Amino acid sequence: MIRLEHLTKVFGAPGSGVTAVNDVNFEVPAGEICVLLGPSGCGKTTTMKMINRLIEPTGGKVYIDGRDTDMIDPIQLRRSIGYVIQQIGLFPNKTVAENICVVPDLLGWDRKKSRARAAELLEMVAMEPASFMERYPKELSGGQQQRVGVIRALAADPPVMLMDEPFGALDPINREVIQDEFLRMQETLRKTIIFVSHDLDEAVKMADKIAIFRAGRLEQFSTPDRLLANPATPFIETFLGSDRTLKRLRLLRVAEAMLAEVDVVRREDPVEKAGELMRAKGYPAVLMLEPDGRPGGVVSGDVISGGQASARSGTCGDHAEPIRAAVPVEADLHSTVALMFTHDMPIMPCVDEDGQFQGAVTYRSIIKSLSIPETPA
Amino acid sequence: METLTYAYDNLDLIAERAIEHVSIVAVAVSIAVVTAVPIGIAITQSKRVADAVLYLASMMITVPSIALFGLMIPLLSPFGHGIGYVPAVIAIILYSQLPIIRNTYAAIADVDPALREAGIGMGMSSSQRLRQVEIPLAIPVIMAGVRTAAVMNIGVTAIAAYIGAGGLGEFISRGISQSDPRQLITGAVAVSLLAIAVDLLLALVQKLLTSKGLSIGAAA
Repeated sequence: MIRLEHLTKVFGAPGSGVTAVNDVNFEVPAGEICVLLGPSGCGKTTTMKMINRLIEPTGGKVYIDGRDTDMIDPIQLRRSIGYVIQQIGLFPNKTVAENICVVPDLLGWDRKKSRARAAELLEMVAMEPASFMERYPKELSGGQQQRVGVIRALAADPPVMLMDEPFGALDPINREVIQDEFLRMQETLRKTIIFVSHDLDEAVKMADKIAIFRAGRLEQFSTPDRLLANPATPFIETFLGSDRTLKRLRLLRVAEAMLAEVDVVRREDPVEKAGELMRAKGYPAVLMLEPDGRPGGVVSGDVISGGQASARSGTCGDHAEPIRAAVPVEADLHSTVALMFTHDMPIMPCVDEDGQFQGAVTYRSIIKSLSIPETPA
Repeated sequence: METLTYAYDNLDLIAERAIEHVSIVAVAVSIAVVTAVPIGIAITQSKRVADAVLYLASMMITVPSIALFGLMIPLLSPFGHGIGYVPAVIAIILYSQLPIIRNTYAAIADVDPALREAGIGMGMSSSQRLRQVEIPLAIPVIMAGVRTAAVMNIGVTAIAAYIGAGGLGEFISRGISQSDPRQLITGAVAVSLLAIAVDLLLALVQKLLTSKGLSIGAAA
């Protein structure tokens, strides 16, 4: 757990100096990732560096797991906090193993233990220890260097990590891959992480909490979903962009927008039943289930409202079009909406792992799920 | 041809004087490394001090060696070392300061700030940072300074023959005073070959001291 209380930094002489960080308060619960977000010069990096005392605060306190960091020797403090920087900062004169073991070696770990730890960490990021331990940083690709930079910070198993735009130097494809890899590691490691970023998409993806900074002040501190739903100030609204609702879709699961009680038709039902359902329930189209419980087709509204006399008779099976896509319930709404647009499907069946029908989402049900949470963070 | 015969006949003497020569340079440059490297590291803390120290060291190197030897005679005579080995070594220590201080200073000041930040952020003390990161990274440039000092001072040591320090300069000074081109050329060629040999040897030392991780980058 990390708690910041009235944290303030003034550079230069008191009175005439520049206030880089102004009375910042927040608390990151253990095991969460808090992204400090904001334009450059907003004080986010300064705030982070005051946590491991790379920058000494002018005022205020930082507590890590309840301990006042002012009471800890800065060198001991830094050894107990993982630190990752954008430029990676691997020591070119040290091998990969030596780089990973910097902090364990400083802490005086037994060599066997620290090297075993290095091998374990390399395996965690899918780098074969046998072939990488003795290499030098210059022999690695950018992505590999960044992975080593991250696992180096994890070597002594610190409960807290500070990451300063750790994936900023990577190309977009590598960045996505490493972000996903890191989130998977975090699921088991459960570190308390302060993560500086200026990239909103990265923040939304990585964060449990987002702290938005502007000119040294903390503008808003909340979960990504609440932030996107309820920007506290016009500045944040502008910063988040006009497509912030679309960004929110990434955070929501299909299950949250799914109509579980949706009525469906069977192949042998008269098509008139589909028409009645649409009129009664306001469905844009009606899904047709196969006997095995899988969604098999869709009777669209055009068939019912269309002028052809033939459309008014026959079974649903005669009129249904095969469905073109279905989404798993754990998928995010962003990709679901993309599929609905791509296939022009106003109603999208949702299925479980076995392909069994679980419910459906419609444009309207998605919009309802986006309704602003009642209790702001 | 005469010179070759002379050199051949006097191989023992050449070897003896070469050893004298090398011992002056080796002792002096070794002492200079011990003083100049720490000074070069220390002055990275303050630009103003660095400028002053480098200015002083540059002034030192502009004093002609024969003048420096001359100055040391009255200064060291009270201690019984007005001429000979001691003033030669002292002069070379002084001359070696500039190339070694300057290169050390430049190399340490040039270490990527990101590496410095990573080191501090991971909890290295400043001496741990120096030993584990900054000095290993600075080694190639520091060694280049040492090589410059050694080669330059092999030349200065040749002149130290005039204050009775011995070395290969004896051949040259006698060659001049006796108008004997054989001795003159023998001395001049021997000094030159010695300088080249020492430089190659130190290049090898530099390679051995430099982390493999750094040379990979140079090759790529």
